[in-house]
Amino acid sequence: MNTDMIIASIVASLPEIIIIAGACLLLLVSLIPARGRMVLFAGLSLAVVAAAAIATYALAGPVRPAYGGMFVVDGFAVFFKIVVLMVTALVILMSPKYLEEEDLERGEYFVLLLFALAGMMIMTSAIDLVSIYVGLELMALSVYVLTGFMRHDSRSNEAALKYVILGAVSSAIFLYGVSLVYGLTGATQLSELAAALSRDGPSDPMLVLAVVFMVTGLVFKVGAAPLHMWVPDVYEGAPTTITAFMSVGPKAAAFAIILRIFPEALTVVDDIWLPVVTVVAVLTLTLGSFVALVQTNIKRMLAYSSIAHAGFALLGLVAGGQDGIAGIMLYLLIYAFMNLGIFGTVVMMRKGDFSGENIEDYAGLAKSHPGLALLMLIFLFSLAGIPPTAGFFAKFYILAALVAQGHVALAVIAVLLSAVAAYFYLRIVMLMYMKEPARSFDLALTPPLRLALAVAGLGTVGIGLLPAWFLDMARGAVFPGIG
Amino acid sequence: MVPLSWYVALGAGLFVIGAAGVLLRRNVLVVLMSLELMLNSANINFIAFSRFLGDLGGQVFAIFVITVTACEVAVALAILVTVLRNKATLEVDEIAIMKG
Repeated sequence: MNTDMIIASIVASLPEIIIIAGACLLLLVSLIPARGRMVLFAGLSLAVVAAAAIATYALAGPVRPAYGGMFVVDGFAVFFKIVVLMVTALVILMSPKYLEEEDLERGEYFVLLLFALAGMMIMTSAIDLVSIYVGLELMALSVYVLTGFMRHDSRSNEAALKYVILGAVSSAIFLYGVSLVYGLTGATQLSELAAALSRDGPSDPMLVLAVVFMVTGLVFKVGAAPLHMWVPDVYEGAPTTITAFMSVGPKAAAFAIILRIFPEALTVVDDIWLPVVTVVAVLTLTLGSFVALVQTNIKRMLAYSSIAHAGFALLGLVAGGQDGIAGIMLYLLIYAFMNLGIFGTVVMMRKGDFSGENIEDYAGLAKSHPGLALLMLIFLFSLAGIPPTAGFFAKFYILAALVAQGHVALAVIAVLLSAVAAYFYLRIVMLMYMKEPARSFDLALTPPLRLALAVAGLGTVGIGLLPAWFLDMARGAVFPGIG
Repeated sequence: MVPLSWYVALGAGLFVIGAAGVLLRRNVLVVLMSLELMLNSANINFIAFSRFLGDLGGQVFAIFVITVTACEVAVALAILVTVLRNKATLEVDEIAIMKG
C-alpha cells in the first residue's frame, strides 16, 4: 500500500475519523462537572455530527474503495450514513432535558452515542466480513452500555444484561457462520466471496449451515422473530431516548449489512436464504402486529410495532432486485422520521415523578395541546400506513415490488397484518381525542425537543408529499450489479 | 498432521457445548463462560481453515475476534456489577422482572 492509497483511504473514511476524534475530545471535556451542562455537551456532539455530515456530503459521488478492499464509500453507504447521522442528531436534540429529569447528567452519554454512530457508519461502508464484524461490535458495545445507563434502575440493569448476553450469542452464531463460509471459499471480502461461490457453485452442504447461521445472527440485530424476545424488554428498560435511538439507528445499519451480504455477495445461494428470510419476515410481521395489541406500556407497544416494521422491511428483501432494495432503503428513511417523532412525544411526557409510559396517560391530550396531538396523529397515521403520510408510501413501494415479483400471497398477508397493526396506533389517537384528560399535562417540552419533533414531522409529511423524488434518490443509491 | 476435519469437529463440539450452556445454565457467570466457548469455537475454525488454505486472513480475523470478545466480556461484567449493586443474585430467573 503506497502513500497515495493511504491518503485516499483516510479521505474516504474522514466522516468516521471526525466522529471518533470528536468523541475522544468530548470524553476529555466530560471531565468537567456535567451537572447543568447537558446543553453544552449536546451542542458539542451536534457540532461533531454536523462536521461528519458535511464530510459525508462532500464525499458523495464517485465510488471510493479504501483500506485494501475493506471499506467503500458509494451511493448506498452515503444514503445510510445520512440516515444514521440524522437519527443521531435528532436523538441528541431530544436528550438534554430527559437526562436532567432522569438524573443521568453525564457527558459519557453523548460520547457513547457518538461511538455507536461511528460503528453504524463503518457498518454501512464495510465490504469485508472483518470490517462488518468490527463495525457491528463497536455499535453494539456502545448501545449495551447506553441501555444500562440508568444504573440505579433495576429495569435498566436487567435490560442491559439481557441485551449484552443475547447480543453476544447472536454475534457468536454469526461468527460461526462466517468461519464456515471462510473455510469453504477462502475469502472474507464480499466480492471475492461472491466470485468463489459462483465459480464453485453451491455444492457443499456445509454452505447451508453457514448461510443459516449468518442469517440467524443478523436477523437478531434487526429484532425479527423468532429472535425478537430481547426487543420488548430492552426497549422498556433502556432510557427512552436510547430506545428511540436503537429502534431506528442500529436497525438501519443492520439492514445495510444484510443488504450488502445477502442480495449482493450470497446471491448465488439465494435458494438457501430466501425461504428462511420469507418465513422470518411473515412470522415477524404477524407476531409484532398481534402482540402489540395487548400492551399497556407505550415503550413496549412501540417495541412490538418496531418488530412488525422490521418484518415488513424484510419483505423487501424477499422481493429483491433494485425495486425491493430501494423500497427497503426508503422504508428505513421514513421509519426513522416517524418513529423518532413518536418517541419524541414519549420523551416529553417524562417529567418529575411522572413516567408517562402508560398508554392511558395520553387520554385527552388534544384538549389542552391540540398542536401536539395533531403532530402525534400524523406520526401514528404514518406508522399505521394511512395515506397521504410517508408511512403509506413506505409500505406501498415494498408491496409494489412484491407484486411485481409475483409474490401476491405475501403482499395480501402484509396488507391484512397492517390492518391489524392500525388498530393499536389508532387506539392512541382515539384516547387523545375522545377521552377526558385524567390530569393536567405538564410536558417537558424544551426548544431542542420541539425542533426534533418539528424535523420528524416535516420528514413524515414531506416524504409523503414527494415520495417519487425520495424513491428515485434511493434507487440511484442502490449498488450496481443488482438487476 | 492432524486432518482438518478433526479441528472442525472440535469447533462444532465447543459451539454446541457453549450453546447448551447459554440455554440451560441459570447462573449468569456460567452463561458468560459458555458464551466464550461459542466465540472461541469460531476462532478454532478460522485458524484451522487459515492453516489448511495457506491464507493468513483467517488468523487476522481470529485476532480481531479475540480483541472484540475481550471488550464484550468487560462490558458484560461491568453491567453485571451494576445489576449486583441493586440485587445481590447471580441467578437469571431472579434478575428478570419484566414480562409480556
